[in-house]
Amino acid sequence: MSDAIGAPVRRQGPPGPRTLRDLSRKGRRAWSLPPLDVPSVAVPQEHARARPPALPEVAERDLVSHFTRLSQSNYGVDTGIYPLGSCSMKYNPKIGESVAALPGFTRLHPLQPEETVQGTLELLWRLERALCEITGMARATLQPPAGACGELTGLLIMRRHHTERGDPRVMVAIPDSSHGTNPASVRLAGYQALHIPTDARGLVDVSALEKLVDDRVAGLMLTNPNTLGLFEEEIEQITRVIHDAGGLVYYDGANLNAILGRCRPGDMGFDIVHINTHKTFATPHGGGGPGAGPVGVTEVLAPHLPVPVVERDPQTGVFRLDTDRPRSIGRMHGFHGNIGILVRAYAYVFLHGRDGLREVAERAVLNANYLAERIKDVFPLAFPDARPMHEFVSTAAPLKDATGIRAMDVAKRVIDLGFHPSTVYFPLIVEEAMMVEPTETESKDSLDAFADALRQAAAEAHTDPDLLHDAPTSTPVRRLDEALAARHLKLRW
Amino acid sequence: MRYAAHTDDDLREMLEAIGLDSLDDLFAQIPASVRLDRELDLPAGVSEPEILTDLMSLAARNRSADDLVCFAGGGAYDHYVPAVVWALAGRSEFYTAYTPYQPELSQGVLQALFEYQSMICELTALDVSNASLYDGSTALAEAVNLARATPERGRVLVSEGVDPRHVETLRTFGRGGGYEPEPFALQGGRGGHPQVGDDVACVVVQHPNVYGNLEPVRELFGAAHDGGALAIEVFDPLSLGILAPPGELGADIAVAEGQSLGNHLNFGGPYLGVIATRLDHVRRLPGRIVGETVDVDGRTGYVLTLQAREQHIRREKATSNICTNQSLMAIAAAIHLAWLGPEGLRQLGARCAAKAAYAAEALSQVPGVEMLFPGAPFLKEFALRLPVPAEQVRDALVERGYLAGVPLPDAGGRGLLVAVTERRTREEIDGFARELKAVLA
Repeated sequence: MSDAIGAPVRRQGPPGPRTLRDLSRKGRRAWSLPPLDVPSVAVPQEHARARPPALPEVAERDLVSHFTRLSQSNYGVDTGIYPLGSCSMKYNPKIGESVAALPGFTRLHPLQPEETVQGTLELLWRLERALCEITGMARATLQPPAGACGELTGLLIMRRHHTERGDPRVMVAIPDSSHGTNPASVRLAGYQALHIPTDARGLVDVSALEKLVDDRVAGLMLTNPNTLGLFEEEIEQITRVIHDAGGLVYYDGANLNAILGRCRPGDMGFDIVHINTHKTFATPHGGGGPGAGPVGVTEVLAPHLPVPVVERDPQTGVFRLDTDRPRSIGRMHGFHGNIGILVRAYAYVFLHGRDGLREVAERAVLNANYLAERIKDVFPLAFPDARPMHEFVSTAAPLKDATGIRAMDVAKRVIDLGFHPSTVYFPLIVEEAMMVEPTETESKDSLDAFADALRQAAAEAHTDPDLLHDAPTSTPVRRLDEALAARHLKLRW
Repeated sequence: MRYAAHTDDDLREMLEAIGLDSLDDLFAQIPASVRLDRELDLPAGVSEPEILTDLMSLAARNRSADDLVCFAGGGAYDHYVPAVVWALAGRSEFYTAYTPYQPELSQGVLQALFEYQSMICELTALDVSNASLYDGSTALAEAVNLARATPERGRVLVSEGVDPRHVETLRTFGRGGGYEPEPFALQGGRGGHPQVGDDVACVVVQHPNVYGNLEPVRELFGAAHDGGALAIEVFDPLSLGILAPPGELGADIAVAEGQSLGNHLNFGGPYLGVIATRLDHVRRLPGRIVGETVDVDGRTGYVLTLQAREQHIRREKATSNICTNQSLMAIAAAIHLAWLGPEGLRQLGARCAAKAAYAAEALSQVPGVEMLFPGAPFLKEFALRLPVPAEQVRDALVERGYLAGVPLPDAGGRGLLVAVTERRTREEIDGFARELKAVLA
């Protein structure tokens, strides 16, 4: 291997950030443990650790200062608009944090007897019922700890369905605009990906789909609105093509937030639906996780859901965890999934209710359309013929042609103007893509300010391009050398 | 709509700007045949105080580990979570951020994850860690996927000492991956003899194992390596202050349920999937990895690196489909490990071991109760053989204020797995023994 761990990286200029290791002083401590009130024992020699791990030795005060400073160099939704397309970075209501922190939820062991966790089981059962109503599904599992795990869960359910019918299939169709998790999940489920082209409108090319799909295809994975932010108007035809070929249709819930209360995947012909709770129901994303990826299915697929499933005895009203489900695909998580996240999702769903959820979708779509309108003369829509839903894809290609300034330069300049930029270079099928999803929780003022920043950056590309080339200059670090990071791996102190 | 900030004037102006008359017009492209022609069958929205009341009443219907003295383990443990952990990990600049795709705005999360990776490497004596997986069970599934690098070596041998929930998860993932985990038997609650042929990808051993017993890991991994297979250890992070680390025991890949690193019990999640391996395997490691680099001015900074492994670049050729992971839990783990330091970690492990030894002695003196595997070495968790079914005993002890442990299918359902953390006092252990005696009398 040519990789050299800890290979010296050439450093010039100002010193780097201090790490915990830099703060460490022998003998300093933060820990506090209860006294040893029983006789001590020795670990058998063959099992004992010879040298202690070189963890940092710091005082609690230093620890607090260090992580507080780190947090201050990070941008979150609480800082301001975070318009990453396909990520739905909306405001996370603080009530979610309050309820999830209740000791009655946090201090439960996952293997406690069912009688001692009736409150949590009821919460999960009610949430499952609500998610089924929102998506038009019959039953759901709340176990998958993130959307991608939900995808794999759904595909393994698809696999089990075909296997039980003695009709194993080899491929799953996915549009070429899809999120990368779709093809990766398809492969992990033991299938090959069959790529479906996007037509000039930015929608699934239905005639291509009809030609490509046959009895080797286990199913189709689709988001609707799709990854370009456009509603698949021929959705009924699409699901029919798949069903006619004996396949199942999987709804990637990445964009469910756009249609809440307006239409439901189940009514469009989808058989399996996953939900990203951080996108649809505002559970915080944690700087990369945790999430939760509940999966809903039709009645016929319900026996394949992962175990355990929460059941309610209709006579007694007592809740239990059912593990005796012989047609289940098995377990997708060590315990019951990311319960703390599901508590937040429950709070969001029932706080908003039927009326509030519908308004979430309305405002999300309104905000995206308004913002698109405000910038489309400088950053034209990649697919201008269709009305975007909750997000839109613009392109910086004309700007690049005129000035050489790229989407990434615009993004970095927007940082200096005080905002988190949009997603760039995704979807892969759009040149110089800028994928923008403002979400419903931004005010008109916030959208106007962001649009002004984008317009300013576009103007500066003509008048003062170095402002964009050199950006960002206001951040703790400037543009980082990613190629160097991959070439000289330094993945630890 | 409680968290949108649109006034009626805003709505009017915005609709006018886009040339529409009503909010309904925004949804005109949805075919009438699939539109929902009714309201969702959900309650109307409520106020914050009302939802708080609802959730408080649900929480009150649980009996938490504050109410019941917790001797339950089996992968999740009632270790103390230092106050400082969530005071810091709970800062909203961390928890309301997305995956750090714009590194200049994300140095806080990136550096915290880099420090987490560093401490996991120190802890395990391995070269590289990623920035987290979902939990211990899915981390094992990812480790096995990593180990199955060539089609000729596809078989997966798993000790019967591995947590059954890990194995069930592995079996589910194996249905897509095209393998079935093959168990090899323990002898006297530990050890065993994996038959490692040239078609075996990996041998999986949990240490301490599902009964709490310490495994002859070097021997088992020696057999794995002699057969040309990789060795995967499922370890317990907070035991590594006193137990020899996976890297020194010959593990090629180490995975753990990281719940005990700063996470509350949370009824099973969110937890933390820990994975570490040798440098040779770094390009097959799943998930996010943070690397150090420099900016255009030569200043040190951090970025997501080796992204060519990942789904958003490699799509169906990616090493995993993982996208959202458990980053916040990894940050919590970093804070917890730094709070402990080497001495705190050692003392914590030693206290658990001493209290578990005391508890095993006290409980096995209860008439009719004995150790399930007499003489087998254990650390913070051990298995008892009861004279009656363990579920019955566990339920009876709930009435007396104790979470007695986790019933095991062994010994005809009379096995009980008991975990003792540093939080349990001598008084609580004596009380547990006294009540167990009363229940069995």
